[in-house]
Amino acid sequence: MNWLFRYANPHEFMRLSGAVLPFTAIATALCIGLSLYLGFSAPPDYQQGRTVLILYIHVPAATCAMTVYGAIAVCSLLSLVWRHPLSDTAARAAAPLGAIFTALGLITGALWGKPMWGTYWVWDARLTSFLLLLFIYFGYMALWNAIEDETKAARAAAILALVGAVNIPIIKFSVEWWSTLHQGESIVSGKLAPVFLAPLLLMMAGYMLLFITLWMVRIRTAILERRATVLMQRGTA
Amino acid sequence: MSPFATLLVRDVKLAARSGGSAALALSFFALVATLMPLGVGADLRLLARIAGGVLWVGAVLAALLSLDRLFQGDYEDGSLDLIALSPLPLELTALAKIFAHWLSTGLPLTLLSPLLALMFNLPPVPTLVLFVSLLIGTPAVSAVGAIGASLTLSLKRGGLILPLLILPLLSPAVIFGAGAVSASMDGLGAAGGLELLAAFAFGAVLLSPFATAACVRLNLGG
Repeated sequence: MNWLFRYANPHEFMRLSGAVLPFTAIATALCIGLSLYLGFSAPPDYQQGRTVLILYIHVPAATCAMTVYGAIAVCSLLSLVWRHPLSDTAARAAAPLGAIFTALGLITGALWGKPMWGTYWVWDARLTSFLLLLFIYFGYMALWNAIEDETKAARAAAILALVGAVNIPIIKFSVEWWSTLHQGESIVSGKLAPVFLAPLLLMMAGYMLLFITLWMVRIRTAILERRATVLMQRGTA
Repeated sequence: MSPFATLLVRDVKLAARSGGSAALALSFFALVATLMPLGVGADLRLLARIAGGVLWVGAVLAALLSLDRLFQGDYEDGSLDLIALSPLPLELTALAKIFAHWLSTGLPLTLLSPLLALMFNLPPVPTLVLFVSLLIGTPAVSAVGAIGASLTLSLKRGGLILPLLILPLLSPAVIFGAGAVSASMDGLGAAGGLELLAAFAFGAVLLSPFATAACVRLNLGG
């Protein structure tokens, strides 16, 4: 576990993330830019026409929304079990990003649903489980904000995140049992033509890199904010 | 009497005598069931179709009402500290609290449900399914709710944030419970929904005391 705790030190994290940040930012721009170029130069889908482009915003957003929750859950576990000091900050910093990805997935899904399914919203399994995921993100952020004592808030939020992590697969299963209109996955099973697949995979990489970049920026901001608070308290004392 | 039973009896008595949370929850449940036909119209066929869902949602909301007091009263007057110091492990304390909450809200709500189902024109077999599903499912509501209650126990306005925390987590119970009722309305077997609901409830009652105890410990500053 030693390698993990080297970066628990905020100073060490600031040094490393500062060095890595420009590269991830450039890689994000490259991936998203290239994907956009490939996406727009690909022929329109024979059924969906140009609306197929929504795919490149919608699918990566949905994937990121789930991944970010996974990241929060892992950080919460690290914080609860090993008292890894930076992981609380990391979990808190990731939550709004995850909520935005979830909302983006829902909104683009609704805009895509109108031309394809004929309606903005259907009570389909995936849409419903994503809506619930959005509420879980809201609850998580609300709990962080509600508890004043930072250490208490961190641990309470970590417990909530883990309870959510146990429950999210059950919610997913239950809504799938309940109703399904949304198509299944079509990336691994090879149902997506390569002209569409290449930009999609690039965009997914771009979204992931975007998340990592923004996450690091947010963690850095939180660390700097804490330092500033400490300095101010010293100044008044 | 064992410490577990003592705590259980104490909590049930407190719930029954201080303000009568069971009566409040029951009135709330009945009111939701009364407002619903006023909102959607008194078409008995429509009401029979939506009865399962409406009564399940109503029962979950009614059980929420008294949840924020589950630990808060004991926390404020210090008795939670004493309970935590007692030989009873905090996990079992949490289980006793969950059980007491179920006895004073979940069980009365379940017992009232056939009467409300009658007013919604639900046929006898689906009514039985609704009764059984609430009997199985309301312990899960108390169990998941206890996690939320313990997370927010030091908050002054914990009651506001509590529904946001636990309602998404309770969605499987509503889906399976109301799903079983509508399956039996359509003449399909209700067993599938009831079994999944039972699995969810078992999991919740089994795991919730650990999460709840962890939250209580954290709030007592341990």
